Amino acid sequence: MVKSLITLGLALLSLGVFAASKQASDTTPLEDLTTYRSYFEQRFPGVSLQQYANGVYAIDAVSRENWEAIEEFPPYEPMVEAGEELWQTPFANGKTYVDCFGDDPAQRKHYPHWDAVSQQVVTLPFAINQCRTRHGEKPLKYKKGKMADLLAYLSYASRGQVIDVKIPDAAALAAYNAGKSFYFARRGQLNFSCASCHMQSAGQRVRTDILSPALGHASGWPVYRSKWGELGTLHRRFGGCMKQMRAKPHKAQSPEFRNLEYFLTHMSNGIQYNGPAARK
Amino acid sequence: MMFYRLKLLLLYLSLSGTVLAVTPEQIATGKAIAWDRKGGNCLACHSMPEGNSPGNLGPPLIAMQARFPDRQKLYAQIYDATQLNPDSRMPPFGQYQILTESEINAVIDYLYTL
Ligand code: HEC
Ligand code: HEC
Repeated sequence: MVKSLITLGLALLSLGVFAASKQASDTTPLEDLTTYRSYFEQRFPGVSLQQYANGVYAIDAVSRENWEAIEEFPPYEPMVEAGEELWQTPFANGKTYVDCFGDDPAQRKHYPHWDAVSQQVVTLPFAINQCRTRHGEKPLKYKKGKMADLLAYLSYASRGQVIDVKIPDAAALAAYNAGKSFYFARRGQLNFSCASCHMQSAGQRVRTDILSPALGHASGWPVYRSKWGELGTLHRRFGGCMKQMRAKPHKAQSPEFRNLEYFLTHMSNGIQYNGPAARK
Repeated sequence: MMFYRLKLLLLYLSLSGTVLAVTPEQIATGKAIAWDRKGGNCLACHSMPEGNSPGNLGPPLIAMQARFPDRQKLYAQIYDATQLNPDSRMPPFGQYQILTESEINAVIDYLYTL
């Protein structure tokens, strides 16, 4: 009956600050930046914009101490090395990634971007697989393994680059707005939106987990999570959070998740990329 | 339709609640449902006496008799919190069939001991 309709219904959360906005297109990306930023500034006074790159450790001193100790002997170091080797290993046709991306592995800042030719958001993992198929190689799986290793190497080489996602035209704006609607839509049996946890409840505890703020969420990837015992990608995390909502996760690098990444990364404009990172 | 049925049910409950005695078994069942991660998982967001590692998204569930003398109000909060607060982060346990009506009632019997 009514239930299924409500579940699918696209209820944009009105957080006070968002009260006026019922449609994603009601506010511009630039206005969104100001709104989200001042929301978190008020919520966490004294936390600088750059600190948000560190997820929950930006706002919780106790878990930050543990984390700093872990980062002294980074668990992702071997993966960065494995990724470098993959980057340099030629394909069967003798070409390498350098033929697609150029000589510089510091590629992070170019992604995600709106590709006017194919009319879609291109993320870094998506571009890596485009390169592979162009050269007759099988695409890599998107959530972990070799893809995550490659991303670890490229991200490591890109540390310190400043996030600067651009929304060049109306079609790009539509993709941004799709990602934004996704972020605020309630879904799943528990009726949460991403924003329920990472905006409305940032800093609060679900059982023993402190919820990290949405701001900075896209900067530290890929992530070595103790819970996974390995490296994973941003879209792996998206899928995991959707399961927590008891919603059916979209596929990694699906158009929905790429639009979501576009929106989420834009929110972090001005923050430095600092991947790979360690998390609980 | 839905709403009308719900109202009838609530009416029935508020009448019967005063008549039927609540058994210790019923209270134990309610407590188990409230604490179970796959059940109500109320502890994810609310502290409750004796509950381990509770979250703090919602207010502590204490002094429930005093704060919710009206059983119907408590039922409504658990059945679908978004009816009372559209921005609520509390899952609509009844409306989305996370818990059955009798499970919600068992939880309430337990809550009234807090
Ligand atoms: C029920 C609460 C809940 C919901 C809803 C939720 N998440 Fe999460 N999310 C968590 C928890 C808990 C963690 C781990 C602790 C943390 O870093 O916040 C997490 C972590 C993350 C992280 C990693 C942050 C980091 O620094 O490592 C990202 C990114 C993320 N979530 C994105 C999303 C997106 C996108 C959605 C919606 C599709 C979403 N989350 C919905 C609870 C939630
Ligand atoms: C994901 C978070 C979450 C879960 C799980 C949750 N609640 Fe809540 N609850 C809240 C929030 C937030 C509020 C604050 C009012 C609102 O927004 O609806 C609340 C409010 C309440 C209130 C009103 C309290 C008051 O003092 O006004 C009661 C009663 C309640 N919840 C009972 C429960 C019970 C029983 C369960 C489990 C069956 C439960 N809650 C599970 C988040 C949650």
